[in-house]
Parts: sequence; C-alpha cells; structure tokens
Amino acid sequence: MANSVSVMSKGSAGKKASERIAEIIFVVCAFAAVAAVASITLYMIISGTPALFQVGITDILFSSTWNPTGSVPEYGILNVILTSIVGTAAAVLIGVPIGVLTAVFLAETAPKRLASIVRPAVELLAGIPSVVYGLLGLLILNPIMYKLELLIYSGDPSHEFTGGANLLSAVLVLAIMILPTVINISESAIRAVPDHLRSSSLALGATKIQTIFKVVLPAARSGIAAAVVLGIGRAVGEAMAISLVSGSVANLPLPFNSVRFLTTAIVSEMSYSSGLHRQVLFTIGLVLFLFIMIINIVVTRILKKGTEE
Amino acid sequence: MESRVFEDNKKTLGKNAMESGMTATVMGSESIFQKKVRVKDGIAQVLINICALFSILLLVGITGYVFYHGIGVIDWQFLSTVPSFINDTFGIAGNIVNTLYLIIITLLIVTPIGVGAAIYLNEYARPGKIVRIIEFTTETLSGIPSIIFGLFGMVVFGSLFGYSIIAGAITLALMVLPLITRNTQEALKTVPDSYRIGALGMGAEKWYLIRTILLPSAMPGIVTGVVLAIGRIVGESAALLFTAGSAQTLPFFGQYGEGLIEKIGQPGGSLTIQLYLSMSNAEYDQAFGIATILLIVVFIINYITKLVAKRLQTE
Repeated sequence: MANSVSVMSKGSAGKKASERIAEIIFVVCAFAAVAAVASITLYMIISGTPALFQVGITDILFSSTWNPTGSVPEYGILNVILTSIVGTAAAVLIGVPIGVLTAVFLAETAPKRLASIVRPAVELLAGIPSVVYGLLGLLILNPIMYKLELLIYSGDPSHEFTGGANLLSAVLVLAIMILPTVINISESAIRAVPDHLRSSSLALGATKIQTIFKVVLPAARSGIAAAVVLGIGRAVGEAMAISLVSGSVANLPLPFNSVRFLTTAIVSEMSYSSGLHRQVLFTIGLVLFLFIMIINIVVTRILKKGTEE
Repeated sequence: MESRVFEDNKKTLGKNAMESGMTATVMGSESIFQKKVRVKDGIAQVLINICALFSILLLVGITGYVFYHGIGVIDWQFLSTVPSFINDTFGIAGNIVNTLYLIIITLLIVTPIGVGAAIYLNEYARPGKIVRIIEFTTETLSGIPSIIFGLFGMVVFGSLFGYSIIAGAITLALMVLPLITRNTQEALKTVPDSYRIGALGMGAEKWYLIRTILLPSAMPGIVTGVVLAIGRIVGESAALLFTAGSAQTLPFFGQYGEGLIEKIGQPGGSLTIQLYLSMSNAEYDQAFGIATILLIVVFIINYITKLVAKRLQTE
C-alpha cells in the first residue's frame, strides 16, 4: 500500500521541487514592497535624526533663520515647513473645486462626444513630466507675476522684488499639477454612486443640478475626500516643477515672497552641501516623509471606510 | 430668488392646448409640465462647463507653447551629438541613450519582481494579515514622492555604486514597482476561475498553470503596466538628480562592446535632468527642444496604452 500510487499521497511533501521554488520566489517578490517601505523608513530616520539632536530640536523646527553657510550657521526650517503647508493648502483650494467640477462634467453632465475630448486631455496632462510644468511656470507665470508685483508694490521700498519667482507662481503650478489626480479619483467616486439615488432624487422633483450637488456628491464624499488627500500628497511631494518657479529663499509664505518648500530646499542645496548642512537637509527630508506617511495613512483609512459603507 | 421661466415643455403644452381648443388661462396655472428652471442651476452648469473647458485649454496651451518654441530647436545635430565646448554646439544624444539605458535596466529589474508579487497576491496568498500588509506597503510606495526616493537612492545605492545608471535604475525600480504589481493583479483577476479549475482538475501543477495559462492571459495587463512604467521613467527627474547624475557623454563602444556594459556603472543624465539643467542655466532654447521631445514621447506612450487597453476590452 505504501508503494502504490495513491491520490491521497499528494500532500505538500509530494510537491515537485520546481513548484516549491516557484512559490518561494513569488513570496520573495511579494515582500519586495514591504522591504522597500521598511528600509526607506529606516534610512530616512537614520539619516534625518542626527542633525535634530546636534542642532537642537527647537533650533531646527521652530526657528525661522536659515543660514547654513554663515560663519555661525543657523538651520531653522520653520519657514520652509510653513511654506509647504500654506502652499499646499492654497494649491488644493484652487485645484480641488476645478477638479471636482470637471469630474462632475465627465461623470454626469457631459455629452458623450465632449467627454471623449476632455478625458484624454486630462490623461495627457497627468503624463506631462513635472520639469515641463516647471519650465512653463518659469517662462509664462513668472513674468506675469513680476508685472503684478511691480503694479502692487510700485511705491514700496521695503519690498524685496523677486522677478515673479514667488509663492503665488508655485501655488498655481501645483494647483494645475494636482488636477489630473483629483479629476480621476473624484470621477470614479461619482460613477460609483448607485443610480437609484439619482432616480429617487429626480423623482422627488429635484433638478439635475440639485441632484448632483445634494445627492450624488454627498454620496461620493469618501471618494472625493480620498482625491483631495491624494492631491495634497502630490502637492507636498512635488519638487522639480516648483524649484525654480518659487524663487528658493526661505522666507515667510506670503504671496509675493520668494519662498522655499521642503522639497525645493533639498533639490537646490543637496548638490553643494556637506557635513551638518547635509544632515539638516536629510532632516527636512524626514519631515517631508512624515507628512507623506500621515497622508498615506489617512487615504487608506478613508478608502477603507468608503468600502465598508 | 427663484425665477420661473417657461421652457420648451410649456411651449409644446401651449401648442397642444391651442390645438385642442383649450383657453390660454390654463397656461398660467400650476401644471406638471411647467418645468422649474433655477438660475442657480444655470450658473452651476456654466461653472462645470468652464472647469471642463479649462483642462482642454491647459493641454492645448501647454503643448502649443512648448512645440512653438521647441520644434525649431530640434534638428539632426541636436538629436545626434553631445555638447561640445570646442565647437560651441549642443546635442542630447547622450541624454537619449542614458534615458534608454534607464528604461531598459529598470524594467529588467522591476518587471519580474512586480509580476511575481502580483502572482503571489492573486494565486497563492490567502486573504489575511500578510496580504493586507503587502497591499498597504504597495499603496504607500506609490504615494512616496520621488524626491524621497532620490534621497534614499543617494544614501543606499549611491554609496554602493556612486552616481551611476544602475543606482538610478534601482531607485526607479522601487518607484514603479506598484504600477507593475497593480496592473498585473488587475489582469490576473479578469482571468476566469474556470481556467484554473480546469487546468488543476486535469492534474496540472500550479507553476505549470501559471506559466502556460495565467501569464499569457494576463499579458495585456502586464504590458499596460510596463508601458505606464516607461512613461513614469521618462518623466522622472527628482529621483534621478542625486542617483544617476547628469553626465551627457555617449558610452564608448570599447573593443567588443564592453564599454556599453561599463556604462551601467557610470553616471548618466536623463532627458529630464538635462532639461532641468538647461533651465537652471537659462538656456531656454535647449530646454524647449528637450521638452518637445518629452511631450512627443508622452503622447506616444499614452497612445500605446490606449491601444493595449482597447485590445484588452475587445477580447
């Protein structure tokens, strides 16, 4: 009986070697993402924390003087953090309404033919490399901003003229760059709203627009919230598009100030920094990383809640 | 402040009423045909249309502006030479080759891993904590901004290999891994279970099933992932600035072509990096020339993805 071929004998021990090797390889592949996230987290912490203790946490995070190359170097990144927060918030305030309304257009009101023009346009916008947005911001937006600046501050000797490379330009570039993300995710959220909600609302006598704003959008709110948070993530993390557009001086985030974001601080100084200066740049990277991780966790929460509902 | 305007319905009603000999007084009274038109609705509709129009204008404006300034810059010398201080000429041949190197090496690294991960998640793993962790980290990975990948790549791969194509390619591989995994997974999900049951029922081993049935059926999804990854690689800059460097030279061929392999360990700036550098040096003509080429590549990639998706649908 033991030597006979039996259908019962095919347990895990009876698996061919190639089968087992294949499975092991697939497991290893699957854990590549886990390993990547774990090691990125680890290295960001390892390279970002030493400067915190060397300079002092309050001297880095809550001081606004950034002068890393001075005789007494100062590494306050408060303005940089504030700029990232204010700049992102402003970009989201501009980009999200436009994005959500475009999504409404695509999912609800558009005639088929028009939707088939707008949707590919949005897809192509998403594909344009960020440096190209930066180039256009530098050559189109900045001159316009400079004219505005000359107009507003013409008689003000205390104003430092930036040539148009200011917070406002960067915010506009960011607002445009988050549009595709917001549009795509809001559109699929709106499409996921079941049709019976629309029909009941229309049957109660609501107009189409009332139905959209009072029934469909509230029903799609968790998806739209995810779109907003992902948009925030995209804006916080964008570097190359705004590094030249924003002027890159660590000022307070006022519209016509030349400012520096968390990302642009890293891009513009990493190449020539060394020693403690470089470590502080890694601390900036760590702050950025923390922001992003919080945003990621919020997104997964929202999406999970959405599927549970 | 709701103004009531009589719309088409009302007119046809009126017409019918006239025809059937009813008096005009009916028209003034409340009727179910009397459609309420709110001014607010009109405004909202106009706003929605403006927003939709905005994205088209944006695309047309961006492409038009870039092409207008860039098309004249592109000529044979621009495409086929490297910058020369002696002749005072500029060319992006080196950057094109570097970009190709980055695309090929990144894909060689990431495609097997991404596809393998998707196979594990879809075919082997049972739903539970491990799958949740893997899926959460995959999501997280796709949310990490490229500048963080750049810093990480600089610290880890940069110290291993120095500024080099390989350091840049590994960094990019981490970045596009979620794209490949997710697209493969989606494709595997669409393969009907009857295929699996049929093959296993006939005594096929799992690996055999994956190799001969699942992977071929999932091929369009894998191709979509790869094409999207190429798009991401071509457009990426922040992750490459501190890892692959900015060299503009062409690889030496060497005696037996060994120079082509050595290039992998040498620095090389991609098209986007060169665009950024040209822009920083206020060489806007060069920048627009490169931007034009990048946009053309992006449009081609977008077109290919559409083609693949269409084929996937008709099947």
